[in-house]
Amino acid sequence: MDPIAAKYIGAGLACLGMAGAGIGLGNLFGQFLAGALRNPSAADGQRGTLLLGFALTEALGIFSLLIALLLLFAV
Amino acid sequence: MAAGADGGHSPIAQFELKTLVPLKIFGVDASFTNSSLYMLLATGLVIAFLMTAMRSRALVPGRIQSVAEMIYEFVASTVRENVGEQGMKFFPLVFALFIFVLVLNLIGMIPGTFTVTSHIVITAAMALLVIGIVLVYGIAQHGLGFFKLFVPSDVPMWLLPIMVPIEVISFISRPISLSVRLFANMLAGHIALKIFAGFVGTLVFAGAWKVLAPLPLALTVGLTALEFLVAALQAYVFAVLTCIYLNDAVHGGHH
Repeated sequence: MDPIAAKYIGAGLACLGMAGAGIGLGNLFGQFLAGALRNPSAADGQRGTLLLGFALTEALGIFSLLIALLLLFAV
Repeated sequence: MAAGADGGHSPIAQFELKTLVPLKIFGVDASFTNSSLYMLLATGLVIAFLMTAMRSRALVPGRIQSVAEMIYEFVASTVRENVGEQGMKFFPLVFALFIFVLVLNLIGMIPGTFTVTSHIVITAAMALLVIGIVLVYGIAQHGLGFFKLFVPSDVPMWLLPIMVPIEVISFISRPISLSVRLFANMLAGHIALKIFAGFVGTLVFAGAWKVLAPLPLALTVGLTALEFLVAALQAYVFAVLTCIYLNDAVHGGHH
């Protein structure tokens, strides 16, 4: 296979990993909203945990984006 | 920051290290680079800010002093929540790591500057420092009992040959994930910003397609806001994870 083509295919495949982060973030905010609407008075105390979860989940999507970007520009 | 439509700059050119003062110590390249310059700048900024903020030492804080006290209280409550009162002796470490990463991330958001935390060598050094302290302090505090960390309690005997290697691997991967998380967020964020900024340039010079140029511009503005959130959040995550790992060293492994 042409190495350049393989590079671009690899970058595209690497981006698929971001689907997992998408599912995770949807789950995270959906569950938070469901909980927050049931008990709005407790929601404010959990905002820090929410942001921590957001950062940890988002980082996993960033890992795959990083692989794609490195394949595109650094390899 | 703005990538030319001519494609003159690759999106990763912004991460290039430039040697300012060449220096060799015993054959090791220890040159003063733009990375060192920005680290020095961040340290100077932090020291100058905290010194001016706390100079008056008023009982009723003024505007700058309350900002400094807010940052202090924020980190202190994070340490207290995650490690407990015994962990407060690690407060200076966590505070220094938090504010150093935060200031470096925020300096990197100024167009045209260099983002120190987008180099894995910097984040890996900080992560190894944290894990090294956890190991040294944990063994000094609990002796060989520290290694109970790798043996989960209330697990049936026959599961241990599987569980212990898993726990060991998860411990070893801590410094890797800690450093790669910060570095990857900064690197990917800045590359994405530059690519979308490049789309604006490409569209402006694309004849009739010029009308579409505001779209990537709006996206770049939104992405910049997200990057500011990520810059602060990743500094916080680094501090929180440091606290969680220190908790193992302070309280030994019972989970």
